[in-house]
Parts: sequence; C-alpha cells; structure tokens
Amino acid sequence: MALRTLVTRKSLGNLGLGLRQLRGLQTYSLPDLPYDYGALEPAISGEIMQLHHQKHHQAYVTNYNKALEQLDAATAKGDSHTVAKLLSALKFNGGGHINHSIFWKNLAPVKEGGGEPPHGSLGWAIDNHFGSMEVLVQKMNTEGAALQGSGWVWLGVDKELKTLVVQTTENQDPLVSKGANLVPLLGIDVWEHAYYLQYKNVRPDYLKNIWKVINWKFAGEVYEKECP
Amino acid sequence: MSRETLEYHWGKHHRTYVENLNHQIVGTELDQMTLEDLILASYNRGNILPPFNNAAQIWNHEFFWESMKPGGGGKPSGYLLELIKRDFGNFEALVKELKSAASSQFGSGWAWLVYKANRLDVGNAVNPRLQEEDKKLVVVKSPNAVNPLVWDYSPLLTIDVWEHAYYIDFQNRRADYITIFMEKLVSWEVVSLRLELAKARASEREREEERRKREEEDGYSAGSEAVEMYLESETDESEPEAE
Repeated sequence: MALRTLVTRKSLGNLGLGLRQLRGLQTYSLPDLPYDYGALEPAISGEIMQLHHQKHHQAYVTNYNKALEQLDAATAKGDSHTVAKLLSALKFNGGGHINHSIFWKNLAPVKEGGGEPPHGSLGWAIDNHFGSMEVLVQKMNTEGAALQGSGWVWLGVDKELKTLVVQTTENQDPLVSKGANLVPLLGIDVWEHAYYLQYKNVRPDYLKNIWKVINWKFAGEVYEKECP
Repeated sequence: MSRETLEYHWGKHHRTYVENLNHQIVGTELDQMTLEDLILASYNRGNILPPFNNAAQIWNHEFFWESMKPGGGGKPSGYLLELIKRDFGNFEALVKELKSAASSQFGSGWAWLVYKANRLDVGNAVNPRLQEEDKKLVVVKSPNAVNPLVWDYSPLLTIDVWEHAYYIDFQNRRADYITIFMEKLVSWEVVSLRLELAKARASEREREEERRKREEEDGYSAGSEAVEMYLESETDESEPEAE
C-alpha cells in the first residue's frame, strides 16, 4: 500500500496505458485526455469526445480487466476451455484499450499544434514514400472510407524495413496484427461511434476534417524512435 | 426508435446501399439475378466479392424493417411459441439468448433468430436424413453484412447492431436498445409468418430430394445426365452398371 501513497493519479495517467499492479495482477485504467473534451471542435464535437472517452474506451478497459482476471483464474486452474473462450474478448477489449490510448495522443487542439504538418524526418519520409502529404492523406481517407463495418486506418512504420505503411485493421485489431514489425504512428478510428453524432453516415467528411487536429508531433516522435 | 434514426438509417444508410449496388451491377450478369441469388453468388463461399456488402445489407435492412411494427413487442403465440418452448425452454430464455448474441457481436453485425433445416453442401458425401429434431430454431450472430442465408438457414427475425442503428437514440448503450427492441418493436406476427414459409420451403426441398433420389435408383429418365462410375474397362458411358 506504500506504493499507492507515492504515486499520484496524475503520474499514473502518464504511465501510458495506466498500468497498476495490485495483488500481483496487472490492471489497466483509463488514461486521462491531455486536453478538454471540447478542445478539438469543430473537427470533433465535445459530445463525441466525452462519450468516446468516458463510455467506449472505459468499457474496453473495464472488460479487458475482467477478461484478464478470468484468464488468470482459468490459467491457474489449468482450465484450457475457458482460456480459449476468453481469447476473443481479450483481443477485442485489449485491442480497444491499446488503440484508443494511441488515438488520444494522435489528436491535439489547434492551438497546441493540431493539424500542423510534421517537420523533421517523418515529413521527409512521407514525401519520399508517398510523394506528398496530400497523397498520404488521400490514401488514408480512401481506405478509411472504404472500410466495411468497424475498424481503424493506420499510418505505421515497419521497424525492420524502416518503411512507412498505410494499413487498415478491422474491429479493434491492433496494427501489429497485420505485421509483427509494424509500429503505429497515427491511427484514425472509423467505428461509427467515432463520428456518428456529428457526421452521421458521412464518414468521408469526418475523415476530411480530422486532419485539422492530427498531432503530428507525437507521430514524429514515435517515428524518430524507430528510425533514428 | 426515433424518427431521426429512421430518417438516417433508412433514408441514408439503406438508400446508399441500394444506389451503390445498382452502380456496381448495371450492365453485368448480376443485374439479372434475384437479390438472394446475388448474395449467395457474391458471398462466394466466404471469399467475398465487392457487391456482397451492398447486396446483403439491402436484404438485411429490408428484413429488419419488416421485423418491426409500431406497438410491437409482447409475446409470440401458436406454433412459433411451441417451437420456442421446445428449443429454448421458454420465451424468456430465447429473449436472453437473443440479447446475449446481440450484445456480444463485437464490432458491426446482426443477431438473428433462424429456422435451421439445412443440409451441408459436402460434395461427394451422403448426408444423413434429417430428423424432425434436427430442424429447429437457433439464435446466431453475424459480422458486418453477413447473414444466415449464406449458411442456408431461414432467417425469422433480426436486430441490427451496427452502431448507426442505435447511436442517435442510445449512444453507446447497446443493451438498452436491444431491450427496447424486444419490448416495443418486434413483430411476432411476421416472425410466425416467416416460420410457416420456412417450414414449407424445407418440406418442399425434402420432397424434391426424395424425388431426385428415386429417379437415380430407377435408372435414367430422359434428359438426365449420365452418372460417372469407375469401370474396369472403358465401356459405353451411358450404360448403367447392373446392380
């Protein structure tokens, strides 16, 4: 319990995924948003941000923890049947937690640099690989709009080949499910809950506008770490 | 289900599927097919072709609208209720299973009550004869545009659990949407009607198969194809091997 008094809530939030260790079992918690719910307007409404963070992401966290607890119990008992049954819940909720934790960092209010194109090596790499930022944006928007059902569209980097990739994943599958060497730089949630209240069925409009609040600084930092 | 939801769900989403499919199939052979044939053809045994998503979603949404009525809800009756009791125990158990399927469909998709009287398509093997007990009501769920037609089931009832179906009225609270659907919207009359049709279809199919089997045993009727058989020496193919 001494651990608890030393670590404040704020610094827990800064531990990325909000990891806590209690009773030997790791539990996860909802990371704080680094900005107000309304700070991304008009690109994304405050109503959506609040629901998305407080309801959807929280549900993934809660259910991920629940599944992990059940996995722990089943593994201890050698209950393979239950372990196998839990796999889809783990992938879905764990993926949901991972993906959304990245997503909040992929966004920033305009006055904090949201929408500002990347400088530095990522900017170069985009121009080299895609020709220009416009081409990259159009590619991601096209793939994002064409995605059937629920999923994500990603800009990632292959950390072995040092190349940029645009990929989509379905449901809450993390980018790494498309390639073990893929590291996400930027993910755009194209589940309907990410845009419906504001854009209704017009997903292309959501995709067009979200670039105004994309936090390229974060993407650049991740890129520089993988491709120094 | 609010007017606003219907205006978007029917007026935009469903309409867009129709418009997009028409674009896709105009001038092709697919244009001549019935919607159900188009769905099966483009499902392509799981190797989904582009028109599938639009075609199946059109079918699914039509089926969904017809599964509801103003002042719906209540309980089923008659033969439908009998089968429900036989296959689920009681009505409450069916509701529970439907709710569970609808809630646990990760991502987009549909939950269904179906009548199952199908045979597997297994090529050269021989299916055992279906017993009455094998024909039953089942709850299934499917992702995105997939529907039970592709598994050769007869759908009786569906609930759309794509987020666009409930987000305006319920936001993230899918469970509340499902509850309201069961309590206030579902049309058990339509489900009963569909069950009758499904049973009739299944009986008709069985009669067809028996007829065909009898034809094979009796020998060839005019115009039927020759049966390939392994013969020790090359002989005239059309000559049937004596039993």
